[in-house]
Amino acid sequence: MSKHIITKEATTYETFTQEEYMLMKEELLRPVQRIGKWGKIWIGFLLVVCMFGLYAYYIQETKSKYVTVSLRDYTMWGVYISNFVFFVALSLIGVLMSAVLKLTNFEWYRPLSRIAEVIAVAAILLAGVSIVAAMGRPDRLHYLLLHGRIQSPIVWDIIVIVTYIAISTVLLFIPLIPSLSTCKNHLHNKPKWQMKMYEWLSFGWEGTPEQWKILKRSIRILTIMVIPVGVSIHTVTAWLFATTLRAEWDSTNFGAYFVSGAFLLGVAGMIVAVFVIRKAYKLEHYLTPMHFDKLGQALVLMSFIYIYFNINEYLVPAYKMSGLHANHLLDLFVGKDAPLYWGVIIFGMLLPAILPLFKALRKPLPLTIIACTVVVAAWLKRYLIVIPGLAHPYLPIQDVPDSWKHYSPSLVEMTIVAATFAAMLLIVTLFTRFFPIVSVWEVAEGRLEGKDEIINYK
Amino acid sequence: MKNEQEDSARRKFLKFGLLAGGATLAGLGLQNKLLGEAPPDSGKKVKVLTAEGKLVEVDSSLVTHHAADMNLSEDQLREGIAGRKFVMVIDLARCANERKCVEGCQKMHNTLPPIEYLKVKRMQDSELGAPYWFPQMCYHCDNPPCTKVCPVDATFKRSDGIVAVDSDRCIGCKFCMAACPYSARSFNFGRPQQVEYNQKHPADCKETCCSTKSSTVGTVSKCDFCPGHAAKGELPSCVTECPNGTIFFGDENEDSVTNGEETFRLKELLRSRAGYRQFEELGTKPRVYYLPPVKRQFPFEEAKEEHNKEE
Repeated sequence: MSKHIITKEATTYETFTQEEYMLMKEELLRPVQRIGKWGKIWIGFLLVVCMFGLYAYYIQETKSKYVTVSLRDYTMWGVYISNFVFFVALSLIGVLMSAVLKLTNFEWYRPLSRIAEVIAVAAILLAGVSIVAAMGRPDRLHYLLLHGRIQSPIVWDIIVIVTYIAISTVLLFIPLIPSLSTCKNHLHNKPKWQMKMYEWLSFGWEGTPEQWKILKRSIRILTIMVIPVGVSIHTVTAWLFATTLRAEWDSTNFGAYFVSGAFLLGVAGMIVAVFVIRKAYKLEHYLTPMHFDKLGQALVLMSFIYIYFNINEYLVPAYKMSGLHANHLLDLFVGKDAPLYWGVIIFGMLLPAILPLFKALRKPLPLTIIACTVVVAAWLKRYLIVIPGLAHPYLPIQDVPDSWKHYSPSLVEMTIVAATFAAMLLIVTLFTRFFPIVSVWEVAEGRLEGKDEIINYK
Repeated sequence: MKNEQEDSARRKFLKFGLLAGGATLAGLGLQNKLLGEAPPDSGKKVKVLTAEGKLVEVDSSLVTHHAADMNLSEDQLREGIAGRKFVMVIDLARCANERKCVEGCQKMHNTLPPIEYLKVKRMQDSELGAPYWFPQMCYHCDNPPCTKVCPVDATFKRSDGIVAVDSDRCIGCKFCMAACPYSARSFNFGRPQQVEYNQKHPADCKETCCSTKSSTVGTVSKCDFCPGHAAKGELPSCVTECPNGTIFFGDENEDSVTNGEETFRLKELLRSRAGYRQFEELGTKPRVYYLPPVKRQFPFEEAKEEHNKEE
């Protein structure tokens, strides 16, 4: 084990022998080779939650929505929409933790990029599911193709999200090709169809220098492409709100505010994912304390950026306290949403901005606890943007039943939201069980001085 | 193909001719009455607006004979009634919160409380200002924020000024509801009582050629200015139901509005009574004007109870 010298500095590579490389491959393929008892229980648990979600959706679509969901004419967008915004934000993890780090030559990205990409793809797919759950007539989904009109921000969102799904999927897949070849050559006792799948998906990868050249080139182009598209998906998602005349959302700050929040969530999500994968699959040699140290620093930076945009979004209107904003802002600051609002500010922004400044709190466990609160706060933050934003229309709400005045999500809604989380985690978990979650060749490449050695390995 | 073209041409002709025809017939009916030559009397009277902006009452057999023939295609429903520019004026000095307009609207559109396309709100602009009752419905804006955001063109602006909803097209994304600053839109969440009621009272769209079928679960609906009535030269339900003549309906092109009893020149009325539109600063250009609640016909009385308490 002492042979595995963990690089403290990202830029210094260790050379190692073929023997060491084989050992590394064994370790990275281990989660794919064998699924333990707890691994199976975890997958089973996620499947059960997904089933509950499907059942809840069945109830929602077959019974009266007036009974099954809490949405009413004034709060017509509820947790499905805030959950959608959360997942779109989470999917920006691929932009920040893979593409930006890669292009800016932060060598510590290497074991992280595939984790980030698979979370990005899973999250954006579940964002789509959340939107369908929110639709009144999901049976008319295809009307978007038949009758779609370009002046609607929803159509912009669909265009950029589909583009992002396509680019992210390809960007996840292309660096996977050499790993598939590794799986094909080194996994044993696996069902025939699984080996066939590796064979088929690796597209005859032989690792020739020419293939490597094409591979690297494609990755570079896609990595550059994914950044503007990723920023677009969340900016356009912000515009779904900002293009309305509602005072609470009528903000030129919204695009940047959403994107900065997404980057903060991306770092926090990455910390949690790295911690879990590191522990569950015993990948401590690859996902090191150095990664937590760096991610902790990124968390501080992103928190401060997000705080900056929050000051612009809330304190500037609060200084003026115009009649358009007063009810909404007072509800958040001192009214019924105040505990939630200040909870999000403290746990979702202030603590992650300050605590990881101390090196001791950038150790894996404390940092992961901080990151967990950031993820929870990030979900609640989207709730606070969407739902209280609808509570104070220009004309007063009068002569309606009580349920029309106050929204709180129903059991069916929360079950479906829980199922979207389970489904996202299931996609990520299954991915790690079929493909090495840490890219063997990218890590090896980073650790080698000369890159020739990894080209023709068998 | 040729038949279809002829058919559509015939329909177009009919549609163009209808209103003119209706008015002429109405005039004829009046003439006949004056001359003492009584036409076959159905006993049912309808109010018709003449080109001079006068409201006359004629026997329904003279008008509905043609109006009943209307079987407009979807495209024609989307186009609107040619040559018209519908407009509404609400005289806040006359509203006494009797809510007859609300009930009339619900009857017309087969909706049950608490769903109200037309609401009467208690407004008070400032602490020292006097409270007043404020009937409010879809303003059929000329710069509608709702139609802009619709991803599938299910809500659209017609040539006659009406903002309509195609409930066969609507996918239920509710973006138009988020976009409307007046909260004028309602979503059919399938409230069990409502669904049951609609099964018993299906909307007869042929007769009213209404663009908003409230009975479609999972879609958005709202005030539609009762275009079926308008096509027949009749007034919307809220106008005819109001006992105080608060709501005036008319045509901007004709420069006249009426509440069924009194008829005014639109521009003159808005000028002399300082007519305004709600939230002019939003730039939505509503087609519904308000006359300020000055020189009221009734003293303001607080509502005795809150309405629509039942879930």
